[in-house]
Amino acid sequence: MTIRMASKRRAVALAATGASLALVLAACADTNDGGGEDGGGEATQATIDCAAYEEFGDLEGTEVNVYTTIVEPEAETQTASYKPFEDCTGVTINYEGSREMEAQLPVRVQAGNPPDIAILPQPGLLQTLVNDYDAVLPAPKQVEANVDEGWSAEWKEYGTVDGTFYAAPLGSNVKSYVWYSPSMFADAGYEVPTTWDELMELTATIAEGNEGATRPWCAGIESGDATGWPGTDWIEDVVLRTAGPDVYDQWYTHEIPFNDPQIVDAFDTAGEILKNPDYVNGGLGGVDSIATATWTDAGYPILDGNCWMHRAANFYQTQWPEGTEVGPDGDVYAFYLPAQTADEKPTLVAGEFIGAFTDRPEVQAFQTYLSSADWANAKALATPAGGWVSANKGLDPDNLATDFDRLSAEILADPATVARFDASDLMPAAVGTDSFWNGMVEWFASDESSQQVTDTIEDSWPKN
Amino acid sequence: MSTVEAATPAPEVPRRTSSLNNRARKARKALSNPWASTLAVVIAILWTLPTVGLLITSFRPELDIRQSGWWTVFGSAFAGEGVFSLKNYETALFDGSTNLAVFFVNSFVVTLPAVFIPITLALLAAYGFAWVDFKGADFLFIAVFALQIVPIQITLVPLLSAYVDLGINGSFWTIWLSHSIFALPLAIFLLHNFMKEIPRSLIEAARMDGAGHVQVFFRVVLPLLTPALAAFAIFQFLWVWNDLLVALVMGDLKTFPLTVRVAELAGSRGGDWHVLSAGAFISMVVPLIVFLSLQRYFVRGLLAGSVKG
Repeated sequence: MTIRMASKRRAVALAATGASLALVLAACADTNDGGGEDGGGEATQATIDCAAYEEFGDLEGTEVNVYTTIVEPEAETQTASYKPFEDCTGVTINYEGSREMEAQLPVRVQAGNPPDIAILPQPGLLQTLVNDYDAVLPAPKQVEANVDEGWSAEWKEYGTVDGTFYAAPLGSNVKSYVWYSPSMFADAGYEVPTTWDELMELTATIAEGNEGATRPWCAGIESGDATGWPGTDWIEDVVLRTAGPDVYDQWYTHEIPFNDPQIVDAFDTAGEILKNPDYVNGGLGGVDSIATATWTDAGYPILDGNCWMHRAANFYQTQWPEGTEVGPDGDVYAFYLPAQTADEKPTLVAGEFIGAFTDRPEVQAFQTYLSSADWANAKALATPAGGWVSANKGLDPDNLATDFDRLSAEILADPATVARFDASDLMPAAVGTDSFWNGMVEWFASDESSQQVTDTIEDSWPKN
Repeated sequence: MSTVEAATPAPEVPRRTSSLNNRARKARKALSNPWASTLAVVIAILWTLPTVGLLITSFRPELDIRQSGWWTVFGSAFAGEGVFSLKNYETALFDGSTNLAVFFVNSFVVTLPAVFIPITLALLAAYGFAWVDFKGADFLFIAVFALQIVPIQITLVPLLSAYVDLGINGSFWTIWLSHSIFALPLAIFLLHNFMKEIPRSLIEAARMDGAGHVQVFFRVVLPLLTPALAAFAIFQFLWVWNDLLVALVMGDLKTFPLTVRVAELAGSRGGDWHVLSAGAFISMVVPLIVFLSLQRYFVRGLLAGSVKG
């Protein structure tokens, strides 16, 4: 499968690698100017090897319905990335994005009206659909072959329920990031910390110079009816660093209780930053303001110089106000949230998965396309403004649009990286999308102790 | 003969209007009390404040919305700073690959039949319950009335699977039917009560003149029902226009109305919530026009249907 790139006019397909590279660079340059008026339209389009889909027969004129949580403006780059497949096979992809998808999908499945393919935002939903509704079909062999080739065993495991492989991973998010202002750091003479102790030292140093509302850290966990999730990410990242990946696995599988001393420890370690009024909440208020600050805006005080560091996932890149330059020399950039030592690289990740509810040839062909490295590269090219990355090994980092996306890809591909999926997505819904979220709110807003919070969450764990 | 009969209800009308006038006079007196006026003004301001805030917010630039409250615009406006922009409306209307106009049209296509169908059916049913004597009428009426307490949420999945079995899912029919089903109990109840208020002698007079049910319905009842009809039509229009649940569950890509689009405006991770205020006002325009232009029927009709005497 060779991947070539061509301009939108497919007639002038450029085969030479050099020329295509120049094209990609041109696309980067465009977006770096901050011009990016409309995203999908101007993107370069990948050409793919159509031979992979010939075994599914003649698909001309057929349709595949896709149901997903990804809405505008990200939806545009999604649909643009389907173009090469549509051109190859003549299949029409009907794309339906809805923010209510997680609630609506089980309704449609129960009513006997499921979509052909659903892009599941978390493995927990896949488990519910498999265990409670028996609705998702096991992945076809072509998809499994693609995943074996392109993804690590861990990622394949997230799409597996009780030994059966159902859902191929689609995109990946890296959550272990700390956003900061490179120029503020340079002016103050601070270095990016590489160990947890350095991070705490830096925090203490910055805190000495607190003036007015300025604090070393800012954070916010308000997110509508999902309020609390950014807080759970914080805790998960710290559990990975203080207790290690093995304990992390036992934690989300409930082999150890939620209020295990090691977890309480992790809460306390996170609390050394998040519950210290000298360290938070830059430009936003006191410790309790973390519970009410909107997560999408919580990093903005960095732009005013009121806050130095903000821990948020790679997709925070697209939340910055228009005109903010993201880059090593830009207004904001991110560094990897350091672990105990500089050699360890535990990383919190998340991603989407492709579940299929029907097994018509065109659906299987499309499923195969989505799980392939071809798609990952097509998606990278279709996202000229950046903000998307995948752990697919076949993804060529040169196709990614921004330095920051390349940094994310680098972390995902780094052999030293120990990736762990967002635990709240893997825990039972009663905890992962309910009591854990609420616990975070109580932890900040009512100043409950780490022990109290973890005890309450442990009590809510479903017993059977 | 017929002239005599037709004249019988005549005294009814002045009596009713005079009692109405009495009530109006009393109300006018009570309301012109300065305390009552102050209270009314205070309540009006309190109730309007959130809407005003939303309106102002919808005209503010993104960063301002995120960083300060809408009430701060007054200070900045006096200071001569440019604090308003149409950017949010531009984003809500023209951003994205899908045109808002399609959703606007869908909203009308969904709403108009979803108002017309239940009203037509409810009119016939209400007439039957009010003026046609048949066995079990009371029981049936109570059964229909009791349907109002069934929460629509528990009907969603069974209803949708029924549509799937019938093979009509994905069309506008599912939405029209669902809205009609959910609206009928209240519609029948309201219209029935209003019809019962029409003096029996009036109906009997028409019957004496040889009018059948059809003629009584069209010649006598329907003209008298106009305020009640208008009231319920507005009621149903607002409900269907603002509905998200039924549209989302029963509909699909081809049938989604404006509300579904507005709900998506916030973006995949809720990061674009500053556009929501503009989206809300765009979808509010039509119901606002409908309500303001028909509001006098609304009040009159609702009272007419629910309060006897």
